[in-house]
Amino acid sequence: MSRAPRLPVAARAVVAHDRRALARLISAVEDRDPSVVPALRALYARTGHARVIGVTGPLGVGKSTLINRLIELLRRRGLTVGVVAIDPSSPFSGGSVLGDRIRIERALGDDGVFLRSMASRGHAGGVAAATREVCRLLDAFGMDIILVETVGSGQVDVEIRDVASTSIVVLVPHLGDEVQTLKAGLFEIAEVFCVNKSDLPGAETAARDLSDLAALGTDRDGWRPTVVSVSAQAGAGLETLWAAVEAHETYLDGDGRRARGERRRLAQEVVGLVRERVGRELGRSVDRDRDLGALLDRVAARAIDPYSAADRLYRELRRSG
Amino acid sequence: MPRAAVPASPIRVLIAKPGLDGHDRGAKVVARALRDAGMEVIYVGLRQTPEDIVRSAIEEDVDLIGLSILSGAHMALLPRVVKLLKSRKASDIPVFAGGIIPDEDARSLRRGGIKAIFGPGASLEEIVATARRLARPSA
Ligand code: B12
Ligand SMILES: Nc1nc2c(ncn2[C@@H]2O[C@H](COP(=O)(O)OP(=O)(O)OP(=O)(O)O)[C@@H](O)[C@H]2O)c(=O)[nH]1
Ligand SMILES: [Mg+2]
Repeated sequence: MSRAPRLPVAARAVVAHDRRALARLISAVEDRDPSVVPALRALYARTGHARVIGVTGPLGVGKSTLINRLIELLRRRGLTVGVVAIDPSSPFSGGSVLGDRIRIERALGDDGVFLRSMASRGHAGGVAAATREVCRLLDAFGMDIILVETVGSGQVDVEIRDVASTSIVVLVPHLGDEVQTLKAGLFEIAEVFCVNKSDLPGAETAARDLSDLAALGTDRDGWRPTVVSVSAQAGAGLETLWAAVEAHETYLDGDGRRARGERRRLAQEVVGLVRERVGRELGRSVDRDRDLGALLDRVAARAIDPYSAADRLYRELRRSG
Repeated sequence: MPRAAVPASPIRVLIAKPGLDGHDRGAKVVARALRDAGMEVIYVGLRQTPEDIVRSAIEEDVDLIGLSILSGAHMALLPRVVKLLKSRKASDIPVFAGGIIPDEDARSLRRGGIKAIFGPGASLEEIVATARRLARPSA
């Protein structure tokens, strides 16, 4: 631990397993507080150990209940578990009610589990903007497996694939028509399909239909999605589900696949950081621009077109940057 | 950035029902009011032990804890939460409460560190204003 004294205080506390320090750092990351960047920088070298597994699917299919069971299973195997559970923010008030904790009761009273609820804060795609960074903090904290629950997701909410190395798409029996619409988007990102609530009638048909669709599906790096029937409520099928996740993780270890996936996600992240910064600078430059009002007046009067106005703003941004 | 509606650092509040008490309407009404005021409410629902509550509050890094209790067990459970917060070095997290709590008990609980207590019919605006004041005393 020769590097320890050089770590910023917040980072040192996380490494020393201070739960409150971790929680506060997560908030700062969510709030985009620039003062914690040194701590994030320092912690980066200590990450890369955890496996991030996505749990996604439509509203109310049992994602949280499933995670509760997976925690149970993983703890029995001696693995530590971080959970990031995301719920939507209201587009009107910006507020949110984060309710996933109700069903994830296994997270309580066990220091080997750390559960954090996150609001999407206007970010589309099924996760929050800071999800990846929060997972990395849990990784630095020493969690072996990190489970990410997305918001109840629709067809286009596929951003979990930029966060997780394996995504479980959870569905329930009698989603017949919904499965049709899911064929694109959400359906395509599943490495593992989980037909939950298989204690209800229709589960076998649903699993069969899904297997048929999966067999037809696009070939992603040679992997065919697995279909597993589960009852999270009754605690049935969890071992098989986790075996399917592990099979995909093992598959990733072959032929440089994991490195390729990680590379793709890192590219997303680094470019995303730059985009965020440019966006901020653009915002500032627009605020500073006293001529902007006049410029917009001319666009409104059809004296110039929006493209020329954008050209001018862009040139100014480049000059000031 | 596409998050105009969200303030840079929304207030985070934990809403919990301590003990064996199935009356959750009040807790839900308060949770919704705080959400509509732009706060992030971590709703953990029924049957929470003081240990559960304190653990969730710390992991979620909340600015405020709200406890709803209509069972009559408030004198046993609420001071336990305050005491546990202290022992976890988290007594900077304020606690407020509501439900069926007789005035005399409310006075004693306030002396014991519960910052505010609301009973049946309490105005939601007043609850929201109190939450803001307790969560961000400097603002
Ligand atoms: C509806 C109700 C029920 C419903 C509950 C449905 C539900 N899911 O919530 C049912 C029928 C299930 C029920 C059952 C029982 N009930 Co009942 N019930 C009531 C009743 C009539 C209204 C409660 C209510 O929902 N009010 C509406 C909400 C919005 O108001 P509120 O909870 O008071 O919340 C407001 C404030 O208190 C405050 N507030 C509340 N929580 C919080 C939290 C924070 C952080 C803040 C800031 C503010 C705040 O803000 C809210 C908005 O103003 C009350 C009587 C009464 N008038 O209060 C009895 C009452 C609470 N019940 C009582 C009893 C005894 C029971 C039973 C044990 C048996 C029985 N006799 O019926 C069972 C036990 C159930 C259980 N498992 O715990 C007693 C409790 C006595 C006591 N504590 O000393 C009461 C007071 C009736 C009485 N006078 O005897 N009950
Ligand atoms: N019958 C049955 N019900 C289940 C099962 N798993 C979960 N449920 C129920 O389904 C409902 C929703 O469960 P959650 O775990 O909250 O679902 P979720 O997908 O996390 O919901 P959101 O986060 O709101 O999208 C609850 O009432 C659960 O009890 C199951 O295997 N069988
Ligand atoms: Mg959920």
